[in-house]
Amino acid sequence: MENRQPVIKAENMVKKFGAFVANDHLNFEVYQGEIFGFLGANGAGKTTAIRILCGLSTPTSGNITVGGFDIYRETELIKKNIGYMSQKFSLYEDLTVSENIRLYGGIYGIPWRRRKEKEKELLRKLELEEARNKLIAGLPLGWKQKLAFSVAILHDPAIVFLDEPTGGVDPITRRKFWDLIYEAADRGITVFVTTHYMDEAEYCSRVSIMDAGRIEALDTPENLKKQYNARNMDEVFVKISRK
Amino acid sequence: MISIRNISKTYGETEALHDITLEINRNELFGLIGPDGAGKTSLMRILMTLLLPDSGSASLDGCDVVKEFRKIRKMVGYMPGRFSLYQDLTVEENLHFFATVFGTTVEENYELVKDIYSHIEPFGTRRAGKLSGGMKQKLALSCALIHKPKILVLDEPTTGVDAVSRKEFWEMLKNLQKKEITILVSTPYMDEANLCDRVALMQKGTLLDVDSPGRIIQKFGKRVLAARSENMFRLINDLRTFPKAASVYAFGQFAHFTSPDDDVEVNELENFLLKNGHQAVEVEEIEPGIEDVFMGLMQNSLQQSVAAGNTNNKPSKKQT
Amino acid sequence: MNQLISFIKKEFYHIFRDVRTMLILFGIPVTQLLIFGTVIKNEIYDIRIAIYDQAKDETTRRITNKLLSSGYFILEENLNGISDIEDIFRKGKIREVVVFENGFGEKLVKEGKAHLQLIADASDPNTARLAVGYTKGIINDFIRKENPEMKIPHEIKTEVRMFYNEDLKSAYLFVPGTMALILMLISAMMTSISITREKELGTMEVLLVSPLRPTQIIVGKVAPYLLLSIINALVIILIGRFVFGVPITGSFALLMAETVLFILMALCLGILISTVAKNQMVAMFISMIALMLPTILLSGFIFPVENMPKILQWLSHIMPARWFIEIIRGIMLKGVGLAFVWKQTLILIGMTVLFIAVSVRKFKIRLE
Repeated sequence: MENRQPVIKAENMVKKFGAFVANDHLNFEVYQGEIFGFLGANGAGKTTAIRILCGLSTPTSGNITVGGFDIYRETELIKKNIGYMSQKFSLYEDLTVSENIRLYGGIYGIPWRRRKEKEKELLRKLELEEARNKLIAGLPLGWKQKLAFSVAILHDPAIVFLDEPTGGVDPITRRKFWDLIYEAADRGITVFVTTHYMDEAEYCSRVSIMDAGRIEALDTPENLKKQYNARNMDEVFVKISRK
Repeated sequence: MISIRNISKTYGETEALHDITLEINRNELFGLIGPDGAGKTSLMRILMTLLLPDSGSASLDGCDVVKEFRKIRKMVGYMPGRFSLYQDLTVEENLHFFATVFGTTVEENYELVKDIYSHIEPFGTRRAGKLSGGMKQKLALSCALIHKPKILVLDEPTTGVDAVSRKEFWEMLKNLQKKEITILVSTPYMDEANLCDRVALMQKGTLLDVDSPGRIIQKFGKRVLAARSENMFRLINDLRTFPKAASVYAFGQFAHFTSPDDDVEVNELENFLLKNGHQAVEVEEIEPGIEDVFMGLMQNSLQQSVAAGNTNNKPSKKQT
Repeated sequence: MNQLISFIKKEFYHIFRDVRTMLILFGIPVTQLLIFGTVIKNEIYDIRIAIYDQAKDETTRRITNKLLSSGYFILEENLNGISDIEDIFRKGKIREVVVFENGFGEKLVKEGKAHLQLIADASDPNTARLAVGYTKGIINDFIRKENPEMKIPHEIKTEVRMFYNEDLKSAYLFVPGTMALILMLISAMMTSISITREKELGTMEVLLVSPLRPTQIIVGKVAPYLLLSIINALVIILIGRFVFGVPITGSFALLMAETVLFILMALCLGILISTVAKNQMVAMFISMIALMLPTILLSGFIFPVENMPKILQWLSHIMPARWFIEIIRGIMLKGVGLAFVWKQTLILIGMTVLFIAVSVRKFKIRLE
């Protein structure tokens, strides 16, 4: 895996808000096709880091490239090559399923003909053909999440950022959602995901755990468990945060 | 202590609660476990006299939730889903405000909240909005407890809070239970079920099961095989093609496998995976967890509702 | 009681800690007065005038020179006939025409008085009033200097005519109107927002579950804004009196009593809005669209009610601000007592009672 090309590369990434250091010299690489788990307690600095990587916020210092583009000068190119989905869903509640799909296709400049094809394919895959003209507001939570994810990768981005994508859904839907993530990763899309479910951390290829603005651990779940002499990721997490 | 009889509640066309009957004993730590939309919040709001049920009745310590709502409002502590604190008031101001609103003082009941409040006391003059998630949670709990309620109702107190803060929070609840407070708590995290005395598993407005976590697992009675290999995605996909597969879901680094008739043996599955070219294959039979049970029960109830031709709530008939 | 006091204390914390609230509470009144202050500015300069001098003698020339050298006026045109006046006003550049009568200087010396006519374009009543005032001042000054001992009762009779809006009605209306607008805005909008904010944040849920009674919540919400609005009203009256010279000819106590009544009415309206509005944005919208605009347009604040179409006149009857403006105009400008505004006062009381009744009925003790 380490032979693969890094799609995200952060060297000494620092972000300060006044005297408060939200990200304290973060160093990590994320490789193509990886599912990268980005964990940490509330307020550990995860959201700050994601914002920087998505080009929404400028770091105080550090060398960072995302999808091969420089975080300072090429934010527009970065935005074209990433997908983003947050826990609040990026879908418009008062638009229908197809309208949302077309909207995002349009935003990311997918040609009209291609957009129609994509829409068809996506509706079939999610078994949403019959619901295509329903408003998002009326869909069950699990469906919205799946659709939001599919829309986020509609333009085949190099990387997709998922910020707590599975909060509050039932265990079956949660796993179906992860099926989609695996599938995307299998297609070569790099997945950068944050979660509070520790069992989900185990699904990741590699996991980084943040605490108080620093990355305290970064490795495969397997190695982390060995390193911290823990039975599962939950214990690893607790051991790191309580240290 | 809490008695719920045949409660139903509908919003427009969606049925939030369907004929719920439930008894919660004095001094019990009782959990409502279920995903968003299961009806946990609606049920709690009915108990907190904030919503009126369409039908059925409920009482807390003998007081009816509709007729005697004033009595109930004096004896319960309630922490709604979002920590309802005044973000622009300091920690101390929040606590004092809620104490006076309930006609008491912080000093009078300090003993009860001491263990919890002492964690945040050093930040007494900080605005609540500037606290971390875990600290907000502790302050909200202190505020809900400051009038020494008989019954404490917490709506998803651990949602969106990191694993460490969640653990601490449950420890605090355990301690409160010792002080003779009946606690009703809801959570979408299945693993937290094990920390309750008894739980109700909720899904789409109905109760899948009500019992102690141990008994619920015991009753489940299905054999669960846990399998792993070096590639999870392929593992799950291949397991699903196994002829006798009922359900295959990822559980951490393992995939949990059940079969319709519980007649698949460990080595049978192992051979199947090896034949499909998996490496580092490991298969073992394990004790099912609450989440296995929940998913099993969920699937049963879905099959029943599909069989009954009940397809509302679902945009597509093809959902399994 | 203890509960109520601590509730009110909390409300004050909210108010004093939120920059936006403070701005609306104290920034808006000041800026609004300043804006209207510039509209009703007391200084004029470079006003374009025309002169129709029928006498063309030494005296009129000297008066003309004095007018033009004052810095306030610029001579745009010398007119040759009465008929020119109408035309020149229509063009819109000229604000005032000074007309000297035939044999002006001679009459002044012989008869001790002469006639001078000032015609002003009162479509901008404020400028017109000021221009006329300045002209008169300059002419009086001229006479005093000509005849310091005042032996001969020299007198220049100035006759003033206002075109388009003859009696300059709206001049003093700005202060009462602004007061109505500000009190309405602050009282109704701020209470409705502060109640809906608690709904949005979920704190209302906890308050409802607490033993607090709806009346305690309502009183607790209203009390701080009542106090702050009274302070605001005082500030407006003071600024009106000392900056813009709006007199208070009537009883100050009555004025304040009526103001408090109006504030109470607006607060109750705010509570009513909060019982309908789900969130702060809706509350703000209702307050802005449903209260602000009609208050500005239909209360007689800017457009005199008498000039409105019948249907709007009828509509203006349900605008609380209309009655309040009538009341304070009466008290401040005309110096009337309760005997003359009892009807308007009763209407306001009636509205207040209605709003309280509806709000208390509609205030939900539950979430639905």
